[in-house]
Amino acid sequence: MASSSAAAPGSADSTAARRNTKRPKYSKFTQQELPACKPILTPRAVISAFLLVSVVFVPIGVASLIASRKVVEIVHRYESSCLKGVDNKIAYIQSSADKTCKITLKVDKHMKSPIYVYYQLDNFYQNHRRYVKSRSDQQLRDPKEESSTSACKPEDIANGRAIVPCGLIAWSLFNDTYSFSYKNKSLTVNKKGIAWKSDREHKFGKNVLPKNFQNGSIIGGAHLNESIALSEQEDLIVWMRTAALPTFRKLYGKIEVDLDEGENISVKLQNNYNTYSFNGKKKLVLSTTSWLGGKNDFLGIAYLTVGGLCFFLALAFTIVYFVKPRQLGDPSYLSWNRNPGGH
Amino acid sequence: MDTTKNPSGDSSNFESFMHNSSSRRSATAMSIQSRSSGWNSTREVTFAHSGSKPVRYGSKGADSEALSMSQREISDEDARLIYIDDPERTNQRFEFAGNSIRTGKYSVFTFLPRNLFEQFHRVAYVYFLIIAILNQLPQLAVFGRGVSILPLAFVLLVTAVKDAYEDWRRHRSDKVENNRLALVLVDGNFQEKKWKEIRVGEIIKISANEAIPCDFVLLSTSDPTGVAYVQTLNLDGESNLKTRYAKQETQSKFHDRERVSGLIKCEKPNRNIYGFQANMDIEGKRLSLGSSNIILRGCELKNTKWALGVAVYCGRETKAMLNNSGAPSKRSRLETRMNSEIIMLSVFLVALCTVTSVCAAVWLKRHKNELNLLPYYRKLYFPEGKEDNYEYYGWGLEILFTFLMSVIVYQIMIPISLYISMELVRVGQAYFMIKDSRMYDEATNSRFQCRALNINEDLGQIKYVFSDKTGTLTENKMEFQCASIYGVDYSTAEASLEYEQAVQVDGKVLKPKMKVKVNQDLLQLSKSRFANVEGKQIYDFFLALAACNTIVPIITETSDPAVKLIDYQGESPDEQALAYAAAAYGFMLIERTSGHIVVDIHGERHRFNVLGLHEFDSDRKRMSVILGYSDNSVKLFVKGADTSMLSVIDKSSNKGIIQATETHLHSYSSLGLRTLVIGMRDLNASDFEQWHFAFEAASTALIGRAALLRKVATNVENNLCILGATAIEDKLQQGVPESIESLRSAGIKVWVLTGDKQETAISIGYSSKLLTNSMTQIIIKSNNREHCRRSLHDALVMSRKNTSASGVANYPEGSSDAITIPIALIIDGTSLVYILDNELEEELFQLASRCSVVLCCRVAPLQKAGIVALVKNRTADMTLAIGDGANDVSMIQMADVGVGISGQEGRQAVMASDFAMGQFRFLVPLLLIHGHWNYQRLGYMILYNFYRNAIFVLILFWYVLFTAFTLTTAINEWSSMLYSIIYTAIPTIVVGILDKDLSKRTLLKYPQLYGAGQRQEAYNNKLFLFTMADTLWQSIVVFFVPFIAYWGSTIDVASIGDLWTISVVILVNLHLAMDVIRWNWIAHAAIWGSIIATFICVMVIDVIPALSGSWAIFHAASNGLFWLCLLGIVIAALLPRFVVKFIHQYYFPSDIQISREADKFGNQRVNRGGQIEMHPTR
Repeated sequence: MASSSAAAPGSADSTAARRNTKRPKYSKFTQQELPACKPILTPRAVISAFLLVSVVFVPIGVASLIASRKVVEIVHRYESSCLKGVDNKIAYIQSSADKTCKITLKVDKHMKSPIYVYYQLDNFYQNHRRYVKSRSDQQLRDPKEESSTSACKPEDIANGRAIVPCGLIAWSLFNDTYSFSYKNKSLTVNKKGIAWKSDREHKFGKNVLPKNFQNGSIIGGAHLNESIALSEQEDLIVWMRTAALPTFRKLYGKIEVDLDEGENISVKLQNNYNTYSFNGKKKLVLSTTSWLGGKNDFLGIAYLTVGGLCFFLALAFTIVYFVKPRQLGDPSYLSWNRNPGGH
Repeated sequence: MDTTKNPSGDSSNFESFMHNSSSRRSATAMSIQSRSSGWNSTREVTFAHSGSKPVRYGSKGADSEALSMSQREISDEDARLIYIDDPERTNQRFEFAGNSIRTGKYSVFTFLPRNLFEQFHRVAYVYFLIIAILNQLPQLAVFGRGVSILPLAFVLLVTAVKDAYEDWRRHRSDKVENNRLALVLVDGNFQEKKWKEIRVGEIIKISANEAIPCDFVLLSTSDPTGVAYVQTLNLDGESNLKTRYAKQETQSKFHDRERVSGLIKCEKPNRNIYGFQANMDIEGKRLSLGSSNIILRGCELKNTKWALGVAVYCGRETKAMLNNSGAPSKRSRLETRMNSEIIMLSVFLVALCTVTSVCAAVWLKRHKNELNLLPYYRKLYFPEGKEDNYEYYGWGLEILFTFLMSVIVYQIMIPISLYISMELVRVGQAYFMIKDSRMYDEATNSRFQCRALNINEDLGQIKYVFSDKTGTLTENKMEFQCASIYGVDYSTAEASLEYEQAVQVDGKVLKPKMKVKVNQDLLQLSKSRFANVEGKQIYDFFLALAACNTIVPIITETSDPAVKLIDYQGESPDEQALAYAAAAYGFMLIERTSGHIVVDIHGERHRFNVLGLHEFDSDRKRMSVILGYSDNSVKLFVKGADTSMLSVIDKSSNKGIIQATETHLHSYSSLGLRTLVIGMRDLNASDFEQWHFAFEAASTALIGRAALLRKVATNVENNLCILGATAIEDKLQQGVPESIESLRSAGIKVWVLTGDKQETAISIGYSSKLLTNSMTQIIIKSNNREHCRRSLHDALVMSRKNTSASGVANYPEGSSDAITIPIALIIDGTSLVYILDNELEEELFQLASRCSVVLCCRVAPLQKAGIVALVKNRTADMTLAIGDGANDVSMIQMADVGVGISGQEGRQAVMASDFAMGQFRFLVPLLLIHGHWNYQRLGYMILYNFYRNAIFVLILFWYVLFTAFTLTTAINEWSSMLYSIIYTAIPTIVVGILDKDLSKRTLLKYPQLYGAGQRQEAYNNKLFLFTMADTLWQSIVVFFVPFIAYWGSTIDVASIGDLWTISVVILVNLHLAMDVIRWNWIAHAAIWGSIIATFICVMVIDVIPALSGSWAIFHAASNGLFWLCLLGIVIAALLPRFVVKFIHQYYFPSDIQISREADKFGNQRVNRGGQIEMHPTR
């Protein structure tokens, strides 16, 4: 303040003043002068970026397309063909009649093992909010938590006792079964290891046994063998990983032999699961796999499109750059320098 | 004329100061007033002439208006009674507040409720809370209970911890303060007592350099005349000494150590620190007390051995405590603009919710018959065997619930986190502004101060700067330059020699602290004493300079024990300059008490009795002192502003001298000097008796004392004989012309509002490069309304002709106003009175907006605010007012941004300001650098935050369309809460604080770049819509690439949710990365760190087996498809933005873009050429 500087003619005071100074200490940080890189979109950088993207994307696109094309997939929709001639499908499916259905699949292309067997459901909202929430993870994991079924409504308690596993998800467990025969021999479908290892080990208890399951007034789906622990019930575990989208596949098992081109596979299936009440489709899928998973051309096409677009943009910018270049950082382009010069 | 700025004499000053101190509420009071009265200047003028304008005390209403002047006796119910030295009796009836203070807001018990209550004053938090409460309803529970409260709890906790820490510090300082010791009279003896135990009515003894524990009425001091000097540094920051008086009646009593009992009747506690009104009944006599009899808590006693007083206000009732309130609160323009976009977002939010609920309604209707058994719905429920509906409340209610749930799910569409981020960013920006060494003032050792934290970005959009002159453009360090004595001009300039006058006193050398350049001729003449007529005149002249003031000489030690310095302390820098000048010419004021002064005249000590002193007031604009000589003759010395003096000077004699003096005055003021006229008069015995009688009567009057005293003064200050005139130079501050030039080329209109005369103002205008020779000057100076209207009209016509003429001439080149002849408008206070009063306001605005410079001279403080309001109310442009004195307070508060200069004139302007700094030239770095950066940063940050939240909401929305419209979120609830807290919050804050679009050097080199802020280039509707379109595209890419790629696959909810989470976070961060201009290590750390943190968080969340998504990320990431999706999403989403950005930057470059390129490439060229560019302001 004025008073302090007023009393400072002597040297003793000036050192004190220096000590008391409020001058901000200089540092590159406080003065906002940290060393920094200042990238600028120069035409050269932009064009090379586009070229780089197209160089990366086009091969990836080609590779994914090839991978997708290599995948051999047999899809057979059976929910209506199996019930041909039945008038009241819902009543029929709810009855206890024999629902065996035989279908034949033709192998169009050689399929290398392992061949994955999926069932595909359409128009089934496993991601419905009521459905997704209707489960009890504690109960599935821990036999002591048997009674924690509050989240499971409306499938929490039957006949006054807690249901294990409770909830709509478990209740609606898919119960169609398939048995395959190939070249007149039955094909073994390996149903071990179809669920995630982490689910088997951490989410579903080794000593949690199904109890009181499907004992309620409405039967939703499959029954469970009450002597097998939940961690071994892989179909249930697979089913309980709720699908993200209304059209989804679930792994049913693996066929561990190659299937030759032109051969037929006959499938004997139990058409138990009721999708008729909501016009859901059921499909049986046999598919080989690639590094990208199943058959899906989308990604390859998308990559090719983006890669191609980038190549085109690179080309376009190169042409425009040569036709109408602009000197970067030329002060004469500044608006106040430009105007008076008769723009 | 405000040559002597006396805050206590100018009621308008403290009135506006009071406005300030009551912070927010008073700010509204101001604006209401401005609207209702339109800054009615007539009212103000009547105020200036009657001095009876009711004073507002912040929020207090009518009852405190009565306190304005001593015109009314305090009625009993308004009074507090204090029995001197009898605290028991004093506190018997009413328990007055004790002296312990509590500035802490909270105690341990009240902290939680009170702090929460205060925090929920923000609308944003209430929104948060409502959403959280909605989520607690079982029907609406979208998120887990804990998760939904988390963000709100986090924010509340952070704020609470901050508040608690601040409060703890306050408590700690309170404790120190409360336990300080003071001497208190108990049973006739002085005992040490803790401050907190002092009670009203007790007598306190304060020694020199001690702080005052409470507000007390002075009873007696060590000075026989009862004077005490106090420093009010802690109270208002003014470092000069102020005088306070003990009443003669009590002074003598306490000197004789008698026990005194008396009764003080004073007003109730109020926050007016410049006013006090009370009566004291002592031994049957009734004395009246005023503000000069009270010393306030927070002051320090100086130059007085001891002082005795009786405590009247204690603790929280002291004026210092009542004035403790925060900085004024303003809202930034950007934030106001932002609100309209927030409303658009709200509409969009409601639209999304409506779409969702309508779709859900249609879905429910179509599947009405299936709901009972639908495996994924199953309405049918059998609790205890009975058939029932499970969580189905009928079609209508289900839709309502869907709507409310969708509000919960899409809640972050309204970017609540933005408000918190903005606050953090502003704190960061303020930190860098404070730390900027460019804005450190060496002379006052003061840093830049950010007093308001919410208008940083307004600094980048300023279009009008209203500047005070004295102390703002100039240093307000007065230097005596010229004197005109009896019509003879003595200018220092021609013979500039620093002459140091020193006198011997008791073997010690006394020197004035400041050296003054003297005129040799005048010095010789002044030494000649009475040898000739000139000598006699010069004697009177300098005696007047030495005596006619309120300067207190203070003798300070130096390192040399034989030499002592005299420091002239006074409230007005002009008086100081005059006193130093007198000292330099051998008339050294050595001692001043209330009764006499001692002046050393060329080595001889002379003692004069001060018989009377009429202090300066803004109506008379002069002050006078009556000196009694040792030969019993009595003389009156008067000094004052030229207009007020020339009217009271005896014109009949010495016509030549008066004319010569007037000529000199004119030439001085055209040099930009501040002038004062000195006059004197011999008082004969009868005159003196008459005056004395009137003066005594007036000063003991209980009613209307101030008015009476003024009348006495006016009566005696008459028929003066002119002694001469002085001219004081108020030096321009360093760098002012350059700064003004920079500001002007930045497209900022600089208006100067000054109390000075027109000539002075114009000359300062030239020297500060505000005015140039190429400008056409329009001067409006009228004395009546009609004339004023006419000249305004003429000026308007002329300016129109000017612009249109040049417009026609430049027509082929387009309308460019660079060619037009700039017009400068100079207008004076009197004309403004007529203009601001009525419909001419609009015309003035029309005229002023055509002028490149506007100079207003002789304006009163409230007129300054009126002019600011004139511009503010008529344009959308941002205004900034800068000033240093109490008279600038109203203008500082009226403008969008108020800047205070912490200079010579106290701290009232600083206290009212939003930003405070040491020098005018700091305005350039403040606006051009920090303002520009802050605006660009915050503008980008708001857009980015809108984008960041909207893209997330849109992804959620797209997913909802494929879940039978039931608001399932694929993205884990924890991730969606952490999204705006951890995943994406830090980079935007870091960029908001640290990113710089251009270097300081470039910004100073091309001030025109500032125009980007004025044209609102960083944040406008177009950009908002563009950003939202981009958001839409990006959200579509993020959602639909995985959606199609995984359609009909075994993908589960958690895995695809993790993919969406990670891709949106990477996308959003890369989007920011693409727009970051300067990549320093902090930006790298923040952006890449956030992405890594997201991966870690997602993994941690998935490791927890309790959540249904456990281990999803590891399964998903083990497949190539996941990574290809990620890469594809990021590139495809950013592609359009990148292309548009490049095309825009390369083919339609903005000025900023070109300068940035020049910054990078141009520098290399320049450096190669060996050119070094100079900083314009360093």
